[in-house]
Amino acid sequence: MQLSRDDLRAAYQRMCLIRTFEDTVHEEFSAGNIPGFVHLYAGEEASAVGVCLHLDERDAIASTHRGHGHCIAKGCDPQAMMAEIYGRKDGLCGGKGGSMHIADLSKGMMGANGIVGGGPPLVCGAALSAKYRKTGGVAVAFVGDGGSNQGTTFESYNLAKIWNLPAIFIIEDNGYAESTASGWSVGGSQVGRAQGFGMPATEVDGHDFFAVWEAAREAIDRARSGQGPSLLHVRLNRYYGHFEGDALTYKAPGELEKVKMEQDALMLFRRRVTETALLDGGELDAIERDAEAQIAHCLASAKAAPMPTEADLMTDVYADYAS
Amino acid sequence: MPMKSYRQAVNEALRQEMERDSRVILMGEDVAGGAGAPGEDDAWGGPLGVTKGLEPIFGRERVLDTPISESAFIGCAAGAAATGLRPVAELMFVDFMGVCFDQIFNQAAKFRYMFGGRATTPLVIRTMYGAGFRAASQHSQCLYPLFTHIPGLKVVLPSNAYEAKGLLIQAIRDDDPVIFFEHKAMYDEEVDVPDESYAIPFGEANVTREGDDCTIIAFGRMVNLANQAADNLGKSGITCTVVDPRTTSPLDRETILDTAGETGRVVVVDEAHPRCNMATDIAALICEHRFADLKGPIKQVTAPHAPVPFSPALEDLYIPGVPKIEAAVRELCGKGH
Repeated sequence: MQLSRDDLRAAYQRMCLIRTFEDTVHEEFSAGNIPGFVHLYAGEEASAVGVCLHLDERDAIASTHRGHGHCIAKGCDPQAMMAEIYGRKDGLCGGKGGSMHIADLSKGMMGANGIVGGGPPLVCGAALSAKYRKTGGVAVAFVGDGGSNQGTTFESYNLAKIWNLPAIFIIEDNGYAESTASGWSVGGSQVGRAQGFGMPATEVDGHDFFAVWEAAREAIDRARSGQGPSLLHVRLNRYYGHFEGDALTYKAPGELEKVKMEQDALMLFRRRVTETALLDGGELDAIERDAEAQIAHCLASAKAAPMPTEADLMTDVYADYAS
Repeated sequence: MPMKSYRQAVNEALRQEMERDSRVILMGEDVAGGAGAPGEDDAWGGPLGVTKGLEPIFGRERVLDTPISESAFIGCAAGAAATGLRPVAELMFVDFMGVCFDQIFNQAAKFRYMFGGRATTPLVIRTMYGAGFRAASQHSQCLYPLFTHIPGLKVVLPSNAYEAKGLLIQAIRDDDPVIFFEHKAMYDEEVDVPDESYAIPFGEANVTREGDDCTIIAFGRMVNLANQAADNLGKSGITCTVVDPRTTSPLDRETILDTAGETGRVVVVDEAHPRCNMATDIAALICEHRFADLKGPIKQVTAPHAPVPFSPALEDLYIPGVPKIEAAVRELCGKGH
């Protein structure tokens, strides 16, 4: 299977949407316009998009507290996402979830998650459901390097392996769990850990969309064809702090600037597709402008949207049995 | 009507719902037993044989033995529930919730609200609770107050085999996460249980005795003890109403308040520790809404604020018993009785 020009356009479009969405949220948060906690995905776009481009409506993903990119990559509506981040009634979760809990099960998006390591067991469940119902679906757990140290994650490796579940674990290692370096906090290696559970595992350059896409294809094909779980250790960088407001004092001087200059996912993608004449610069410029216009529209709509009211406070604690 | 044990009633509810709905699957440690082992299939049927005989009918595809990894399989059940199945997971002893509570209270319980009503999580977690087995501090607790505290969860405490069958069928058909508490000391207790399938609605208390002098509100296994106490007291002219709320979440406030107001004297019997338990919750509810009707203080008969002891000599002192319930009622009703 090769990437068609349409695939490449779709990939760049999704990556640009994520980047613009996150840059916009960063500016808005800095201006004091967004309540609560937000954790931004800018810099990590190639991972979410490189994986999710292989997925369809049968497939489920579970995300992390840094979930906006996974949501957009899996097809959540950016306008409803932005409204959710603003706590509006027509947000994707009616304003009850916020940035850390954006979900859309109708798209197979099982939620960002405020609990580090919360997602992998849920992904085992989605994978079991797909296997039992014989839908051909797979389930993908995005886990940070922080989440990779949680017992839930190890237990899920084991369960996925012994039940031969169509599950894929994507360890997005951006180098820091909050302020703590993954090189310090992770004993052994991500690949070695997976291999210890008998799972195939690969390390991937997460700045390179093509590398992620290729490695994810192999892992997802393996799961879809009944050959069980795999793990990808995706090394990448986040452009903003752990949360918005984090001054990044734990990073080396110049560290981030060097990554942005040399390893930016969008820049690498652009270079690759223009050098190989797969897409031309004008097309890519147009995709970037479209993303900017779309996100500007999302922002304006979110700001204009109504807040939930007291009537919404007690709805949806439990299922609705009236209908 | 045939007599069946609490164990048989739970087993029959599971079998009938699995026959009715192919989305219902079971998972847990040793629910069939013997996975990958050289001996018999269905070797255990759960540690106390409650799920025995289901794996031969439904196969290992629907009766899934898990590794001892409660976080993984309880979370897996929650994820499967959110994506099209209706799993019944067995958390062997409720005491083990300490290793998987996040998946219950931060994940399953929150999905519907946190996702704006766009998730349905028809998950049942069956779990054993309660003292009396000489099982000591880590295998004997009640802990249902902790789950009752969490919005999004439903909490069920069947008080006999008839209740267990009807409430478990309701739990499996319910679209919310349900924690189903089975008292381990009741599995061999038998009552009449119909062969056919039936569901008992949540949030509708069962009034098991009617009287004029005192209202006893009891939970789970304590309902039988409250009934015995009421029967004993009746012989000395004190008549009691006994209320089995059946579910602590949702709670039938109306029946509790009405029966409390009618007698004006209330004893709440709860096997849980005395702080922040169901007894304090019910007492507060009645004080707020029926204070003017009360003829005396609300008495709480509970376990003490101590871990469950091992020694039979101590455990027997620990568990609230019939004499303590009778004494509380007599004290409330005064020497005139």
